[in-house]
Amino acid sequence: MNILTLKRWKERVTPTDVIMWFIGGSLLLLIFWGSTATLAAGTYTAHHWFDFVIFGLAQGSIYALIAMGYTMVYGILRMINFAHSEVFMSGPYTAYFIAAAFHSSGFLNQYPIPSLIMIFLVSMATSTLVAVLLERIAYRPLRTAPRLIPLITAIGASFFLQYTFRGLYGSGFQAYPVVKILEGEWVLGEFRILKFQAMVIVAAAILMAALYSFVQRTRVGKAIRAVSEDKETSALMGIDIDRMIVTTFVIGGMAAGAAGVLYALMFKQVHFFMGFIPGIKAFTSAVLGGIGNIPGAMMGGIFLGLVESVGPSLFLDGLGIVAPYQLKDAIAFTMLVLVLIFRPTGILGERLAVKKA
Amino acid sequence: MKQAIKIGFIGGVVEILLSLVGMVEAFSQRDIIANVISMGHTLLFIVAFFMSYLAAKRTPHGTLRVLANSFISGILISGHLVLLVMVGGLINLRKVFINASPMLYNLLTFGMERDTGSLLLLLLGALSGLLGGLFFLAPSMLRRVLLTSLGSVVVAGVLQDLLRPTFALWGPLAVINEWLFTANGLTIQGTIGLTILIASFFLFWSRKGKAIQTGFRRLPPAPQRIIKVTSILILVFILLLLPQVLGLFLSEVFTIVGLYVLLGLGLNIVVGYAGLLDLGYVAFFAIGSYAVAVLTSPELGFFSLSFWEALPFAILFGVISGVLLGIPVLKMRGDYLAIATLGFGEIIRILVLSDFLRPWFGGAQGIGKIPKASIGGFEFTGPQQIYYLILAGCLLVAFVSLRLRDSRLGRAWMALREDEDVAQAMGINLVATKLLAFATGAGFSAISGAIFASKLASVYPHSFNVMISINILCVIIVGGMGSIPGVILGAAALVGLPELLREFAEYRLFVYGAALVAMMLLRPEGLWPEPVHRREFHEEGKEEGLESSP
Repeated sequence: MNILTLKRWKERVTPTDVIMWFIGGSLLLLIFWGSTATLAAGTYTAHHWFDFVIFGLAQGSIYALIAMGYTMVYGILRMINFAHSEVFMSGPYTAYFIAAAFHSSGFLNQYPIPSLIMIFLVSMATSTLVAVLLERIAYRPLRTAPRLIPLITAIGASFFLQYTFRGLYGSGFQAYPVVKILEGEWVLGEFRILKFQAMVIVAAAILMAALYSFVQRTRVGKAIRAVSEDKETSALMGIDIDRMIVTTFVIGGMAAGAAGVLYALMFKQVHFFMGFIPGIKAFTSAVLGGIGNIPGAMMGGIFLGLVESVGPSLFLDGLGIVAPYQLKDAIAFTMLVLVLIFRPTGILGERLAVKKA
Repeated sequence: MKQAIKIGFIGGVVEILLSLVGMVEAFSQRDIIANVISMGHTLLFIVAFFMSYLAAKRTPHGTLRVLANSFISGILISGHLVLLVMVGGLINLRKVFINASPMLYNLLTFGMERDTGSLLLLLLGALSGLLGGLFFLAPSMLRRVLLTSLGSVVVAGVLQDLLRPTFALWGPLAVINEWLFTANGLTIQGTIGLTILIASFFLFWSRKGKAIQTGFRRLPPAPQRIIKVTSILILVFILLLLPQVLGLFLSEVFTIVGLYVLLGLGLNIVVGYAGLLDLGYVAFFAIGSYAVAVLTSPELGFFSLSFWEALPFAILFGVISGVLLGIPVLKMRGDYLAIATLGFGEIIRILVLSDFLRPWFGGAQGIGKIPKASIGGFEFTGPQQIYYLILAGCLLVAFVSLRLRDSRLGRAWMALREDEDVAQAMGINLVATKLLAFATGAGFSAISGAIFASKLASVYPHSFNVMISINILCVIIVGGMGSIPGVILGAAALVGLPELLREFAEYRLFVYGAALVAMMLLRPEGLWPEPVHRREFHEEGKEEGLESSP
């Protein structure tokens, strides 16, 4: 490195950069220190870590599915669809009644596969319906409004939907019926894996692959990508923009509805407020991966899920912190801040970095 | 015709939703006019009336056609309800929809047999449709008079539980109560009297109001100023008197609104002036509260300062954390900023909630026994006293932010909001300007938090969740971004009104959400926008209009 480039480099670095690197560096150091301390102490066996990772993958793939809706809507409309968490909630909550009816008539455990398919279909249909109505009533008139207006509309719609479903279905927790074939565990050599967690991971992976190839391979997917690239030009190319936006909401709604059933099967309950936390986490995943970027959202979701389940024990236990699991959300958000410090546009978000995000 | 059917369909779905959500049933326990009409029926009527009015408005021409269309939509709307009653009679909807109770069907059929009741429902629907159509055909003056006077009857009916005790405080004026209200709903003579009173007042103002305004403008500047100053003084005087006049409950509502005004004014600097979307604003509120709690509460036993000694520290911690948050997010724009700040707010909440920091912040149980503030023996104990503390804070913060807006710094913030790159090219130091915005906003929020802590005498981590940040953001946007009176109005509308309607708490957020959406669709610039912003919104609209019509 010659002196000239060094000088230029010096000029470009501002004090704030130095502070940011300092913050980031010390956080990384802390993480490293905590992890080595934990691993050296050996409180956790390989079995524990395997369980954490599987749980993280299951949780993360649910986040990833929800995040697809956030990221695609952001890509096409440049807005945070805050009400997406209610799109996520509406599906499994409605499907609960089908599931409960199947369960009480014994159909669920007699023919588990068809009834699970029914539950998924009902949930996905409801979520899609809610997403489409949301777009039509609340967002379409605001296409050209300043950025904050759709955000507030989305927040309002989110409240409205939460309390609509609360009024319709009641305010209590509803216990999702237990599906017998998903209980128990498989043994893989030395490790055990819970069946329903495996199911969540596999189902989410299939769905993500299907949706991703839909967006990448089909004509409609291509049109959606064109519209998110440049609305006016794609209109000139004969693409019906309104239809593409609705299609985006449909895809997001379907993914959220499916994610909702997976979530309900994993945590065994539904509630009108259940969308809020996963919604925020999924949005965080979308930002982590680089918002507007579909593979980014998937990566971000899985990353967040893993960090949440592995992080508390790995990073904090060694530091001698009491009850580290309480801090899992803090870890998730610290990761977010770290990623944003070092890559302000998210892990995969190169394209949008140039444009005004 | 097609329009009328479509509108009738939408209206019908809305009414079914209102019924199934349980609003109709809950509202029916309260009469607007005693033994004449309940709130639940009023709600259904208003929806049918408004939708038919829309149907009439969308009709191109012809008196008869207008009436026919509004009739059709009215009958369609009530037809949906009849359908609901019929379906409910055949299958038990209650397995899914918990509010589809026999009570609801009873209400919808006016307590009669199912068939006669349904017929009556249809007839009344058609009638309200026709009324909507007639309302559309009426001259605009009559329309406005009817709207205000009948509107105020509904408002008086809805707020009766609040108005009655307030009137009762006023000594001789308490007679109003007996004349206007029964135990449940307005009296008939009260309704008629109120309608006539408001209508005549409205007529008077619309005749003479213009003349008074132009008369005021014609005055030379000196008396104009005197009138303005005296009116401000009168306003301050009224504000000082309010808690004594309004009683405990309303004072409590005012203190809550005041806290939100304080918070809103702070966030207004960050979002409204500088255009930095901050969703973690509650963090500074929490920091202010916890600073006061830790410094004053004997429960922890670290310090035992008084409120006034702790306040500067609270503000200082707020400002420092504002800068600390500001540094890492300096380079982020727009939504990345929003989510990073949201994360920051959550981190603060989770940290104070955790067992790890429990010795310092009390964990989930929070910190109690925070002493009240006092000046020279006057202790700010109940809401009627805290009110003054909050009022002083609001006036101070409003004054500071007004002066800041017109300062060099304020102009720099606005330049930043409009275009960051251009602002930088103009020689504005982005780093300093942004950090100052974060620091000022955080300082204001910390003041609010400090008062909040001393008001409740305890702090809990659960008081500081994301919903507060979101609520504050809604307050400033509904009020009108960057506008100080807007913030006050927004806080009154979004925080005060729901507090007043506590008894319908279950439907508060339902209505709040719907109102938020409607507001953004119909009046995106806010209730009381800055003049510049209003112009922007309307110019944009015009330009688009031109573009779309070649």
